Amino acid sequence: MYVAVKGGERAIENAHGWLAEARRGDATVPDLAVDQIREQLALAVDRVMAEGSLYDPDLAALALKQARGDVVEAVFLIRAFRTTLPRFGASAPLDTGAAQIIRRISATYKDAPGGQVLGPTFDYTHRLLDFGLAESATPAPAPEAPSSLGAVPHILSHLGEEGLIQPEREGGAEVPDLTRAPLEFPASRPLRLQALARGDEGFLLSLAYSTQRGYGRNHAFIGELRIGHVRVSAYLPELGFEIDFAEILLTECETVNQFQGSKSEPAQFTRGYGLVFGQSERKAISMALVDRALRTRELGEDTGSAPAQDEEFVLSHCDNIQSSGFLEHIKLPHYVDFQAELELIRKLRRRAMPEAAQ
Amino acid sequence: MTQYNFAYLDEATKRMLRRAILKAVAIPGYQVPFSSREMPMPYGWGTGGVQVTAACLVPEDTLKVIDQGADDTTNAVSIRKFFARVAGIATTEATARASVIQTRHRIPETPLAAGQILVFQVPIPEPLRFLEPRETETRTMHALEDYGLMQVRLYEDIARHGEIARAYAYPVRVEGRYVMDPSPIPKFDNPKLHMSPALQLFGAGRECRIYALPPFTRVESLDFDDYPFTPSKAAGQACAICGAADSYLDEVITDDAGGRMFVCSDTEYCSSRAASQQGDAA
Repeated sequence: MYVAVKGGERAIENAHGWLAEARRGDATVPDLAVDQIREQLALAVDRVMAEGSLYDPDLAALALKQARGDVVEAVFLIRAFRTTLPRFGASAPLDTGAAQIIRRISATYKDAPGGQVLGPTFDYTHRLLDFGLAESATPAPAPEAPSSLGAVPHILSHLGEEGLIQPEREGGAEVPDLTRAPLEFPASRPLRLQALARGDEGFLLSLAYSTQRGYGRNHAFIGELRIGHVRVSAYLPELGFEIDFAEILLTECETVNQFQGSKSEPAQFTRGYGLVFGQSERKAISMALVDRALRTRELGEDTGSAPAQDEEFVLSHCDNIQSSGFLEHIKLPHYVDFQAELELIRKLRRRAMPEAAQ
Repeated sequence: MTQYNFAYLDEATKRMLRRAILKAVAIPGYQVPFSSREMPMPYGWGTGGVQVTAACLVPEDTLKVIDQGADDTTNAVSIRKFFARVAGIATTEATARASVIQTRHRIPETPLAAGQILVFQVPIPEPLRFLEPRETETRTMHALEDYGLMQVRLYEDIARHGEIARAYAYPVRVEGRYVMDPSPIPKFDNPKLHMSPALQLFGAGRECRIYALPPFTRVESLDFDDYPFTPSKAAGQACAICGAADSYLDEVITDDAGGRMFVCSDTEYCSSRAASQQGDAA
């Protein structure tokens, strides 16, 4: 006698128990502390903060620990936590020009006021496995020089003085919020940038790469890439003035792209913009390239058929929490639909091959 | 669970959801955009339904959750436990006893009554999506009542296969106006949508859409005069457990030799029928 499979509830509980045990791994190996993750897996923490849209290194480190190092799962944990937080308001616009720089490079100028600062980058490391790291070791302290950097102006502002680069429009007083209103198309540039800032790094990287290879090509120079600590302030009506309430690490990328000009506009450079929590320059550059690709229509460029230039395509698919959730939902039972398909296929085959059915 | 508000969502979010639901009820079959929240379960796993349920629940409610018609499938168990935990409401498996029923892919066999709310989880709310991938286009098509493309598609099915080759998520027309995706229920369930005394709400979390069928709404499955719609299920079979010939059946493979049997997909309907038969026999 057939007995319908029961016990989903117990199966779930047992699976959770096994998961907890697997997450811990071999119990004779010391447990990983959250501050170790925060300090030593900092770039993973940064990615979780960026795509989770919540600047909190401790929570991001905790999420990584809970997610067994699965970055998208950690992002999901952060998003699900973030959604329960009250929204007090918007900060004042950040002044990234006043950032305390840890890295700042330009590919368009050999030198510029403020200089080029390599900072803690993998760029010129030889990718040789450092077997020494297998043993616990504290590196020798890096040489230090007194900081000569005060506020470092954006390099592209020098192009702006000559009118060679398109000035950016001032944003409105009201900041749109992707998490509080459904995204509708066409979206404004602030909304597009919000979506890209929390979008999946891998997806944006591939799209940006596709523009470089000719699908919506618009050659980008890195006008400036800067990583630095930026003060966050807000205007409090009760006090009548702005107060600083946080300092966050940001990666900002401005690209310089050609624009041939149109009937109404002379030829000039245009800008793609990327801004990401933490040290995430692959993401920031990708975001800037995709931002510029999405400006095709606004600039009246007659291309516009490449995937990266298609706003609805890009914004509908860049969120890895949406995409991974929907992708993985096909693990859920579908036997009712499948049964309906099964009957339909049998019926269609009976019609097509009446002799085989007998 | 004192850290969370009743039914998880904060009151401002519930208000936003209720406004969207009211608008959806006022325009049957129309997809109302709403600002869907991240939920503690993945998008695509019922977040739209969960948000609609959370917005509807009051402490006196009794909730039933089914997936594929069954109360004991893993995701149904998970969602039922979620609400028992964050709302502390009573839960049930009995369709007749539930005031709110959240479902994925089925409508219960026991007819629903006035006062009940049936909440559907919806993966892709747009019935025209597979004909036209762009939201900007499909919204215009709905606004203009431009459904020719859908009729052509159904006609092509008939030309190619001799019938409309849609087994589930079979499109319907609501009150003669909006074409609506009934969520991936088998087309066997489509007639239950029509003139139902219960309120039927549809939530698509990832796609940020809510739509509704108020009680006693006219819901017609799309068809042609010479190719009328037929709700279908496993041909000529009855449930091996309760003997029901009128319920939707799942096919279960029972051995390596290809043996199979058919049982009710609605587990509560099946077990209550089986129990009453045993009672009769005793």
